[in-house]
Amino acid sequence: MLQFFLLIALVGYGLGIFLPLLAHRRPHVQNVLAHGGALLGAVGGVVVGVMGLAADSPFVFSLPSTLPLLSYAIRLDPLSAFFVLVISLVGVAVSVFALGYVREFYGRHSIGALGALYNAFLFSMTLVVLADDGFFFLVVWEIMSLVSYFLVVTEHEKAETRYAGFFYLIMTHVGTAFIIVTYLVFYQQAGSFSFEAFRNLSEPLPQALQSVAFVAALIGFGTKAGIVPLHVWLPYAHPAAPSHVSALMSGVMIKTAIYGMIRVYFDFLGGEFPWWWGFVILTVGAVSALLGVMYALMEHDLKSLLAYHSVENIGIILMGIGAGMIFQSYGLTHLAALGLLAGLYHTINHAVFKGLLFLGAGSLLYATHTRNMEEYGGLIRRMPWTAVFFLIGAVSIAALPPSNGFVSEWLTFQSLFLSFQIPDPLIKIMLPIGAAMLAFTGVLALACFAKAFGISFLAMPRSSHARNAREVPVAMRVGMAVLAVVCVLLGVAPMVVVPAIDWVTTPLVGASIADKVLAEGGLALMPMGVGFASISTPVLGILLALLAPVALLMAVVIGGRLRKRFYKTWGCGITLKPRMEYTATGFAQPIKQVFSTIYRPTVKLETELLEESRYFAKRMRFETHIEPVFQKYLYDPIVRGLNAVADRLRVIQAGSLQLYLSYIFVTLLILLLWVR
Amino acid sequence: MIESALVVLGQAVAALLVSPFVVGVIRKVKARLQCRRGATVFQPYYDLFKLFRKEVVVSTSTSWIFTATPYVLFASTLAASLLVPIFLSQVPFSFAGDVITVVYLLALGTFFLILAGLDAGSAFGGMGSSREAIVASLTEPAMILSIFAVGLTAGSTNLSTIVHKTALMQGIVTDPPPHLMALAALFIVTLAETGRVPVDNPATHLELTMIHEAMVLEYSGRYLALVEWASALKLLLFLTLLSNIFAPWGIATEAEPSRMALGLAVWLGKVSGLAVVIGVIESMFAKLRLFRVTDLLGVAFILSLLAVVFFYILRV
Repeated sequence: MLQFFLLIALVGYGLGIFLPLLAHRRPHVQNVLAHGGALLGAVGGVVVGVMGLAADSPFVFSLPSTLPLLSYAIRLDPLSAFFVLVISLVGVAVSVFALGYVREFYGRHSIGALGALYNAFLFSMTLVVLADDGFFFLVVWEIMSLVSYFLVVTEHEKAETRYAGFFYLIMTHVGTAFIIVTYLVFYQQAGSFSFEAFRNLSEPLPQALQSVAFVAALIGFGTKAGIVPLHVWLPYAHPAAPSHVSALMSGVMIKTAIYGMIRVYFDFLGGEFPWWWGFVILTVGAVSALLGVMYALMEHDLKSLLAYHSVENIGIILMGIGAGMIFQSYGLTHLAALGLLAGLYHTINHAVFKGLLFLGAGSLLYATHTRNMEEYGGLIRRMPWTAVFFLIGAVSIAALPPSNGFVSEWLTFQSLFLSFQIPDPLIKIMLPIGAAMLAFTGVLALACFAKAFGISFLAMPRSSHARNAREVPVAMRVGMAVLAVVCVLLGVAPMVVVPAIDWVTTPLVGASIADKVLAEGGLALMPMGVGFASISTPVLGILLALLAPVALLMAVVIGGRLRKRFYKTWGCGITLKPRMEYTATGFAQPIKQVFSTIYRPTVKLETELLEESRYFAKRMRFETHIEPVFQKYLYDPIVRGLNAVADRLRVIQAGSLQLYLSYIFVTLLILLLWVR
Repeated sequence: MIESALVVLGQAVAALLVSPFVVGVIRKVKARLQCRRGATVFQPYYDLFKLFRKEVVVSTSTSWIFTATPYVLFASTLAASLLVPIFLSQVPFSFAGDVITVVYLLALGTFFLILAGLDAGSAFGGMGSSREAIVASLTEPAMILSIFAVGLTAGSTNLSTIVHKTALMQGIVTDPPPHLMALAALFIVTLAETGRVPVDNPATHLELTMIHEAMVLEYSGRYLALVEWASALKLLLFLTLLSNIFAPWGIATEAEPSRMALGLAVWLGKVSGLAVVIGVIESMFAKLRLFRVTDLLGVAFILSLLAVVFFYILRV
C-alpha cells in the first residue's frame, strides 16, 4: 500500500515535470498539467506521510547505481514520514493556489519551465527527507538548491532579483560544503556513505571529530535554515521568488535543514553529546528568534517581512530542539522528548501558517502589483476572503490562543521552564533567560502582525493600486482556505498531533511521552503529568466562542436594540485623507527608537526653504535606514578579502593557452612525485 | 460538576460586578487627594449603563474588525479572569491554562484593539495602536517571568497551584528577595498594562499623552461600554494576581460556601486596598514621557529576570 502511494507521489511530480514541457506555448494547458501533477504528487505524499508515521517498521528501498559510493537508497522512518507529511501538506495547498496565481505570468514567462521547476522542487525536497545514503542525499540536496535558485530568478529581468539569486546561490553552496564535511567525518569512520553505516559505527567517533561534525552540520544546515548570522540571503531570495514558491521555500524548504540537524544529532550520533551542543543550538535559536522578529518589524515589503519571520520561527524551533538536546545530555529523556515535541510541533505549525501568509502576500501582490505595505490599505473590503485567511495566519504566527502557534510556543516555554530539573545551576539559570527571550519574541511578533494586517487591510486605501484591487480567483482562495483550516485544526486538536509526533521522537530519544503529556482525556496538555502546568486549547476555544455571544447578549439585555449611525471618522474638523493615516513606518517608529542600539538607524532630512523666508519649507525629503549590521561588519569584509585575493591571483591567469597547459603539466608532475 | 459550574459562574459574576467598583475607588481616591469631593464610587456603573443605552456611531471607513473587537476583547479578558483564582484557590478551569495562557489571552484582546485603532484611519488611533504595541511588548515578558519566579517556589506555573500552595504554605521555602523583586516587577507591569500613570493617563484626552484612550477614540455607545468594562476587568485581574499570588491568605482552599464567602470578602478588601494605592500613586507622580516609559518597563523586565536568577542562586 505504502509503496503504491509513494509511487503515486513520485510519478505525480514526474508527470508535472515532463508534461508541461510538451504543451509548448499553451500556458493554460501547461499550468493545469504542471499543477495537476504536483497536486497528485502532494496528495500521494500526504498519504505516505500519514502511513509512514503509523507504520511499525521503516520502509526501505534501494537501487544500485553505476557510480561508486552512490546508491539510490530511500528509507521512510517516522522522522522522514513527518517531514514528507509537512512538505506534501503545504504542497497540496500551494499547488491549488498556483493554478490561479501563475496566470499572472502568462505571456511574460514560460509557464512550462516554471511548472516543471516547481514540480522538480517538490520532488527533490521529498527525496531529501527520504534519502538513506549520504551521497544520494547530497545529490538531491543540490538539485533542491539549484532548482530553487532557478525559481528565485524567475523574474530575472529585474536587477534585484538577479542579485538575490546570486546571493542565494553562493550561500547555499557554502552550506552544502559544510554538509559534505559532516558526511565526510562519518564516512572516514564508516567506510560507506550509507546512513545505515553512519548510524551503526563500529566504534564511536572520537570527541574532537564529533564536535567537527556538530559544528559543520550546524553551519551547513543552518545556512539553509537561515539562522543568524547566516540568514542574510533569506530576506532577499524568499521574496524575489514567485509567491507560491516563496511559500514553499519559507514554509517547507528551510525545514529540510531542521530535518538534517535532527537526523545527524539524534539519529547518527544516537543522542550522545555533551551539554554544550544543546546550549549552542538554544543560544543560536534564541538570537535568531529575537533578531529575526526585530528586523521583520522594520520591513515594509510584506514578503521580506514574512521572510524575516522565518528566521524568527526557525529560531523558536531550534530553541525547542536545543532544550531537548540539553535534557538528553543529562539523561532526562522524557524532557528531551518534550523539547523535540515542541520543536517538531512548531515545525509543522510554521510550515502551515507561513505557507498561508505567503499565499496571502501573493494574493495581495496579484491584486495590487506591489509588495510595499505603504501602498495597501482598506483591502479587507476589496478582498474579504484573503483578509480572513491572512488574519487566521497572523493570529497563529502571533501565537494567540487558541491557535496552533500558541500550542507549540507554549510547549517550548514549558520545556525551557522545566530546566529546574537539570543538576547544573548555570543551565538552570540560562534556560529561563531563553524563555524571557521567547516571551519577548512572541510579543514583538504580535506587534509586527498587528502592523502587517492593520496597515495592509484596514483603514482607507493608500494608493490607486489598493483602491482598484479585486478579490483573487477561486483557486487561490481554495489554496489559502486549505491551509487556514489545517491551521485551526492543528490548534484545537493537539490530542491528535501530539501522539503523531510522539511516534517520531520515541525512536530518537528512547522515551514515549504522549500518554504523559495528554491529560483530562486528551483535552489538556500537561507536560510530564507532574502538574507543573497545563493548557487546553479546545476548552479555551469553546470558552472564547461562548463568551463573545454572552457579551452580545448582555449588551442587548442592558442596552436594548442596537441603534447605529454611520459617520466619517473624526478628523478635528477636516476631512481625513489616506495621506493622514498612520503608516507602517510610523507604526514601527517607537520600536525603532527604543531599540536603536540594535537598529542603528540613520535619518537624513533635507529641507528646501522658500526664498522669501527661511521659516517656511518649500519641499522636504526624509530618508531613514537601519544599518544592515551583519552585511556590513561580517560579509562585506569577507567579500573584500576574497576580491583582494582574487586580484592577486590574477597574475597567474594571463590568458595564454600555453601557460595553462604548462600549469597542468607541472601539477601532474608534482602529483606523480607525491604519490610515488 | 454542578459545584464547579457554580464556582465558575460565581467567579464571572464577581469579576464583572466588582471591576467597575475598583475603577470608582481609584477615581474617588484621586478626587479626595485633589481636595475634590468626587463622584460616588458607583459612578462607573452608571457610566456603563448609560453607554450601553446610547446610540452607536461607527466610522464609515471601518470594517467588521472594528465591530467585532469589543466582543473579542470582552470575551478574552473574561476568559482570562476565569483562569485566575479569586475567592477559591483552585478554580475549575485551571487545567485549561496557566499564567502564560492568561498573558496570551490578554494579548489576544490587545491584538484586536490595536487593529481596531488602525481601522478607522485616523492618526489618533494609529498613534495609540503603535504606542500600545511597544508598551505591550515590553511588559508581557516581565509579567511571565515575574509570575514564573513565584511559580518556581510552588513548582508550577498554574495559577491555581501557585495560589493554593502559597495559601497553605505547602512545600514553600520562602525566599524573600526573589518574591519581592517579582512583586515589584508585577506592580510596574500592572500600572503599564492597565494604562495608569506614570505610563498612560486614563483621564486625558490630549493626543500627545494618550495611549489606550487614543486607540479607543472612535468607539461609542455599547462598544465603548464593552471596551471600558473589559479594561476594568483587566485592571481587576491584575490586582487579583498581585494580591492572591503574593498574599493569598484568606482565600478559600476548599469549595465550602462559608469559606468562599470569607474568601470573597477578604479579596474585596485586598483589591480595594490596592486600588487605593494606585490612586495615591496616580496622584503623586506625573506621567512619564513615552520614551522614558521604556526605561521603567526595562526595570520591570530586569527585576523579574533577577528574581528568577536569584531563586536559583539562593538555592546553590
